[in-house]
Amino acid sequence: MDFSYSEVQQMLQSQVQKFVRERYDFETRNALVASEKGYSEEFWKLFAELGWLAVPFTEEEGGLGGSAIDLMVMMEEFGKANLVEPYTANAVLAGTAVAQLAEGPGKQDLVNSIMAGERQLALAYLEPQSRYNPFNVETLAVAEGDIVKINGSKTGVLGGAVADQFIVIAREFGETRDRNGLSAFLVDAEAEGVIRRNYPTVDGKRAAELEFANLRIATNARLGIAGEAATGLQLAVDKATVSACAEAVGALEVLLQKTVEYTKTRKQFGTAIATFQALQHRMADMFIECQLARSIVIMAAMALDSQEGEKEKTRAVSAAKSRLGKAIKVIGQEAIQIHGGIGMTNELDVGHLFKRVTALDLQFGDGEYHTERYASL
Amino acid sequence: MNADFTAEELAFKEEVRTFLKNEFPADLKAKVDASVRLGKEEMVRWQKILYEKGWAAPTWPVEHGGTGWTHTQCHIFATEMGLFGAPEPIPFGIKMVAPVIMAYGTEEQKQRFLPDILASNVWWCQGYSEPNAGSDLASLKTSAERQGDHYIVNGSKTWNTLGQYADWIFCLVRTDNTVKKQEGISFLLIDMKSPGITIKPIELIDGFAEVNEIFFDEVRVPVENLIGEENKGWTYAKVLLTHERTSIAGVPRSKRRLKALRKLAAATDDGLGEFMSENPSFNKRIAEVEIELQALEYSELRTLAALNVGKAPGPESSILKIVGTVLAQRIDELFLELAGYNALPYVPEQFEAGFDGMPLGPGTTASTALTYFNNRKQSIYGGSNEVQRNIICKAVLGL
Repeated sequence: MDFSYSEVQQMLQSQVQKFVRERYDFETRNALVASEKGYSEEFWKLFAELGWLAVPFTEEEGGLGGSAIDLMVMMEEFGKANLVEPYTANAVLAGTAVAQLAEGPGKQDLVNSIMAGERQLALAYLEPQSRYNPFNVETLAVAEGDIVKINGSKTGVLGGAVADQFIVIAREFGETRDRNGLSAFLVDAEAEGVIRRNYPTVDGKRAAELEFANLRIATNARLGIAGEAATGLQLAVDKATVSACAEAVGALEVLLQKTVEYTKTRKQFGTAIATFQALQHRMADMFIECQLARSIVIMAAMALDSQEGEKEKTRAVSAAKSRLGKAIKVIGQEAIQIHGGIGMTNELDVGHLFKRVTALDLQFGDGEYHTERYASL
Repeated sequence: MNADFTAEELAFKEEVRTFLKNEFPADLKAKVDASVRLGKEEMVRWQKILYEKGWAAPTWPVEHGGTGWTHTQCHIFATEMGLFGAPEPIPFGIKMVAPVIMAYGTEEQKQRFLPDILASNVWWCQGYSEPNAGSDLASLKTSAERQGDHYIVNGSKTWNTLGQYADWIFCLVRTDNTVKKQEGISFLLIDMKSPGITIKPIELIDGFAEVNEIFFDEVRVPVENLIGEENKGWTYAKVLLTHERTSIAGVPRSKRRLKALRKLAAATDDGLGEFMSENPSFNKRIAEVEIELQALEYSELRTLAALNVGKAPGPESSILKIVGTVLAQRIDELFLELAGYNALPYVPEQFEAGFDGMPLGPGTTASTALTYFNNRKQSIYGGSNEVQRNIICKAVLGL
């Protein structure tokens, strides 16, 4: 048993901390949120140079090892900085889908271009009727000779507004909620038959809704075997879920820390409000929530890195996301409440962190959904 | 980073399991499984079995009869005991007074007291809280006045657990009234047979008197029963409080109870033609508790890993105490919910040895309400959960 960080993990952690300290303050972030792309292409190139985009990939794929613990260590630091770059959407969610599903030389080209920061990929899997169930897919893919025709729509495509290409999950056979019958296709964002509606999200990021109207692509745009994308898709979503949980842990720690600092400086009734026990115990509870959240994310990351079966992994991931949902509500809401009026303003970073963790709660299934999924497994 | 046990640790786990299966007396196992309270004779019998095996005090140094186990082995042992339902030895001797004697007692005191603690020959109880000194323990008033070779002790102690069985009591007493309250306290060992001691049972809301009030009226205590220096008792007691806190979360016990809860749910009608185990709302609540238990377990493992690299347990034990006790109480609520009407009969004698009437309520459910009542104590004792929050605020958040 050993809960200490490896050398690689310590290096990743201090690299990200240095980058954030020197180049990613609150004003920089606000400027990026307001910019046309909504993130910094320059920073993205830097992430590639520093090897950060290689973290989710195995050594055979040319990556850093693909360990969920490594990813967790880095995402926590991203969470502390409230980073807007679409890391989870691109390198983790789409990246893992590619790594799990694609085959042959095409796979390595794709992975290489993600790790080099040359290509923004987004995974388009959820649909208006799917809620959080990745296998609830109505978008149809019909093969006709060496062409596949795709019709349907996708919602909540994270990073979709800036994607050069999409990995589209579509059904080739089976009923709407069947695991079997799902395939993944690589689709150019500008292809004819792709209608994209971009929008900013409440947490300062970018996403898109997609519609496919008689989209025609070559059959070789299919990643892997027809109808067998479900397992790879599940793993990609699970890994992205742990990534989101780790990011939330970092953000929640900062929310606690900033709240404690604020109560030590804010004076009312002639004294620092930190001296009021009514506030002290609530901050103690925020601390407990932080620690429990951190513990269960470690558990889930360890499960993903283990030799356990798919069900055990998914169960551990659901346990973590369920518990994070609770921590996010307690810490997020209390941070705003204890800051009082100033916490309600967009001038302070606390409100932005609150919005980010709220979005993280909803992404890949909120706490309630994951509690139910955990109970059903 | 990993949470795996080594091959040696796994072998040790098997050894503990085999020992418990073979050596934990069947009549005690039956009582534990039926949530029946064990009596003094039964507890001592089990503790002596552990003593014979050399496992009575795993965390003691080897020179005093400890095991020399690593922190991880101690954790495995406590976990297996809890999962099996074998009670840990009563803590007052082995876990509470002994470490203080070892750290601050004289060689003579160690020789005199430690062997009997280890062998469960002497039952110890604790004299800390007083009617007007609970969470604010340092304001205690029981006085010990030096007269020649004796201290004369006057006052009263309360919330004394199982003192009705005790041979000796360790007390915090006031030896100086003129200084700051923490600086006038001494750590004194008192023979319960001393003239002037009376013990008055306090009946708790479950109907059982597991705690007492103890009165001291001009009790003469030889000065050689003082531990360490006069007026240093508060320091000693505080050191003791940070010891032995890693198993405070009660993870294995809660795991065992959750397993029993699931089994009971599968046999409990929901009144609509199904069993409670098929009720989605009930299952969701079980899932929430199980998830919380995993978060707690990994918090405990993190604390254990820190211990392994030489870091003393700090405020983490406050987290484990708060979360562990609240979780145990939530499990009580789920049991109560399952029991329904079966929790209402108040016939406590049916859980006592020798009861030959017709038991009321199926299985263990008739004791459910009593367990629920009794376990409300968990968030109060050992430093109430509010005091634990104060500790977190002071030690971690700097408030």
